[in-house]
Amino acid sequence: MRTLLYLLIGIFFGITMFKSEAASWFRIYEMFQFQSFHMYGIMGSALAIGIVVVQLIKRYKLKSIYGERIQFIPKNKSISRYLIGGIIFGLGWALAGACPGPMFTLVGAGFAPILIVIVFSVLGTFLYGVLKDKLPH
Amino acid sequence: MNAIMQPWPWYVSGPLISLVLFLLLWVGKNFGMSSNLRTLCTICGADKTSDFFKFDWKAQRWNLVVVLGAIIGGFIASTFLTDTAVVNINPETVKDLKELGFSSAGNAYLPTELYSLDALTDIKSVLILAIGGLLVGFGTRYAGGCTSGHAISGLSNLQLPSLIAVIGFFIGGLIMIHLLFPLIF
Repeated sequence: MRTLLYLLIGIFFGITMFKSEAASWFRIYEMFQFQSFHMYGIMGSALAIGIVVVQLIKRYKLKSIYGERIQFIPKNKSISRYLIGGIIFGLGWALAGACPGPMFTLVGAGFAPILIVIVFSVLGTFLYGVLKDKLPH
Repeated sequence: MNAIMQPWPWYVSGPLISLVLFLLLWVGKNFGMSSNLRTLCTICGADKTSDFFKFDWKAQRWNLVVVLGAIIGGFIASTFLTDTAVVNINPETVKDLKELGFSSAGNAYLPTELYSLDALTDIKSVLILAIGGLLVGFGTRYAGGCTSGHAISGLSNLQLPSLIAVIGFFIGGLIMIHLLFPLIF
């Protein structure tokens, strides 16, 4: 039952990623050229509503459907890891035109070469795990 | 029905993404897709190489189910909810991209130069996809999240680290498009 719920949320997410064109390489390029409001509108409105949602959950101590308190885990404090890691991610995001959600949506949409991006992003994550202790955090 | 078949405008898409965020919180989980890449590493046996991959990956199975859903969603959206998958980007952007050699700009969902089956026989295209993927996978784990985990989940919770990460995403993206693209393409 729970699994079905996660699957349905995933399907809804996948449809939204495809139909919003957030999964399109072209939209990412256009965003970094500042030639359209589209991507900024998507992220801006998602964020504006997201902030309200999180605040309401915290204020009214909303419980999950399983009766547990909804928890928010604060991120560890650091600058270097977020900035350097973020820049590396941004370089790849603009080059491949896909981030870790939409890349899976594109598999379902039938773009076979995206599998290369996925395999190498798993490899990139593996590389991070191996080098982790040598990197500034 | 016609409106569904068309590309969805930002003011529909954005709120739907917040709905995904809410639904995942409501079922006691969180919105962050890049964790799955780490889970996939562990499933492939990476825990034998690095302690970073020693964790109870089965507790992350729910997120893999979300990924499976995202794949099915991509199939449903492209097969049943789309007439012609063409992304109408700014004509200026089309012109820029054609100058860079992307003749499919304005006529496709993804550039055929990178994402068609023919592109798989082009060593340069394959290298671009591989390096792009490598950077995404490395960077996202280093930064502790991606567009969903930081830009949506983290910023919605007003987390300063997420703001720093998102600023990093944009610095990286701008460097790639404005400084490196002219050298690569």
